[in-house]
Amino acid sequence: MHPYANVTIVAGHSTRQARRLEGHTSLSIALEAARGVLDVSGLPYDDVDLVLGDLSGEITYALGLGPASTPAPSMVSIAYVLSAAEAIASGRCSAALLVGGAADLQTVGSVAAYTRSSAEFIEPFGLTTPMEFALIARRHMEMYGTTTQQLATVSATIRNNGHVNPDAVYFGRGPYTADDVLASRMIAEPFHLLDCAITSEGGAALLLTSRDRAQDLRCPPVFIHGGGVDRYGPIYQNPPSWDLRGRRSSDTLLGYVGRRAAQRTFAMAGLSTRDVDVCEFYDPFPSEVIRQFEAFGFCAEGDGGAFVMDGNIAPGGRYPTTTDGGLQSFSAVGGSVQFLQRVIRGVHQIQRRCATNQVQGADIVMCTNAGAAGYFNETILLGSERP
Amino acid sequence: MTIMQPQMPGIPLPSATPVSAPFWNGCLQRELLFQRCSSCRAALFNPAWMCRVCGSTALAWEASTGAGAVYSWTIAHVASSPDFKVPYAPAIVALDEGFHIISNIIGCTDKDIRVGLRVRVEFHDVGGGFMLPYFAPDSD
Repeated sequence: MHPYANVTIVAGHSTRQARRLEGHTSLSIALEAARGVLDVSGLPYDDVDLVLGDLSGEITYALGLGPASTPAPSMVSIAYVLSAAEAIASGRCSAALLVGGAADLQTVGSVAAYTRSSAEFIEPFGLTTPMEFALIARRHMEMYGTTTQQLATVSATIRNNGHVNPDAVYFGRGPYTADDVLASRMIAEPFHLLDCAITSEGGAALLLTSRDRAQDLRCPPVFIHGGGVDRYGPIYQNPPSWDLRGRRSSDTLLGYVGRRAAQRTFAMAGLSTRDVDVCEFYDPFPSEVIRQFEAFGFCAEGDGGAFVMDGNIAPGGRYPTTTDGGLQSFSAVGGSVQFLQRVIRGVHQIQRRCATNQVQGADIVMCTNAGAAGYFNETILLGSERP
Repeated sequence: MTIMQPQMPGIPLPSATPVSAPFWNGCLQRELLFQRCSSCRAALFNPAWMCRVCGSTALAWEASTGAGAVYSWTIAHVASSPDFKVPYAPAIVALDEGFHIISNIIGCTDKDIRVGLRVRVEFHDVGGGFMLPYFAPDSD
């Protein structure tokens, strides 16, 4: 039997996202997300006996869920969605709440604190997240001739998904053409302002329980067909060299981190890239979208630039990508919230809950977290049918 | 055309550890030190306690020639903090001994920087008792 056959994601919920959420703390917006996902699902609070997130203790206490199987606080991502599914499959818990929130961040200027590494061999040389990802993107451009026009096309496409989405922080800011992106001011070559993730505040939550428990709930169940995690090391401490590798000669280079995770994800699902209807890819920078299509086998190495120019990733294309506007326009809160939001959008696509860019026939959705310069990439395949 | 310069004192300084201190002490002597695994001969950087290739803890410090090539680069137009003067050119340099290091390219314009550009280390005082290794185009 499939390891996640008896597990379902019953609901996902994002609170209002904004540049600033006045009157909120990280805990209060995380609680609003937790309350929201429980209300949407119809699952009683009493059923939740595992909380995962940066504020897992606070939320377990505030909702009165103790004694619960809640571990110490941690940032959550797709890896934790898989852990929650395994906790339910093993019977260690009955319902798992993954939740994140960030507000009142006192961000200096428009550069979020988490984008500035304090690592010993990085900080003295002034690197930020855009520069780290630029060092990966430059190698791809050098090896394969990837162009800034191709990068800008990805940014314009995803930003336009946010432009039409009333829930996006940058709703109504577009529409954008690739030339608009290229005309915006330079941040870290080759990235222009409109290539970079935004900064915002908000909360997000995801709720999982067993297939049996979910049967009388109001939301259509979403199943996990497969998942995988690739990590090479800590974020932003060592050079993000495309050619970095681990000790196993069979493993892929850092430049294609996520390939092993995707191979395992598809193998677990018994599916291939051709079965995917929607790609809710993590989009910190446009080069990462191109890189992931190559890493996961949607196209050959080096063909990602042409792949995104062929209309594949736009609404109505073969692989509509990051359909809510993603980190470029919907919201980029940092950490748990932006990781969970890719999965939440995948859940909403399958539940037919997307007010904009709902993909008809979205039965298999691939969601991802993180990218090469961050030294990790995580993948999950969601489906409408039981695996 | 702006010639890229080293940063001035006031930027965030490295927090040296017992493992990395020999590297920073080497910089003060204008030597670019790296570790070589005595067992498998791998060249290692950042400073490590064990070899990530073979697992040996027999690592020996060696002085690099300081010569290498730009492996990847970017031009920073928005700094990581107001302490940095823009533009500057963060890069990964591949040293001839076979290790990679994050640094900044100096002594040329942004138009001169490309993957494969031959560069050589230069040390510049950034205050607080630290010299940082920067890389400039190699005239040899």
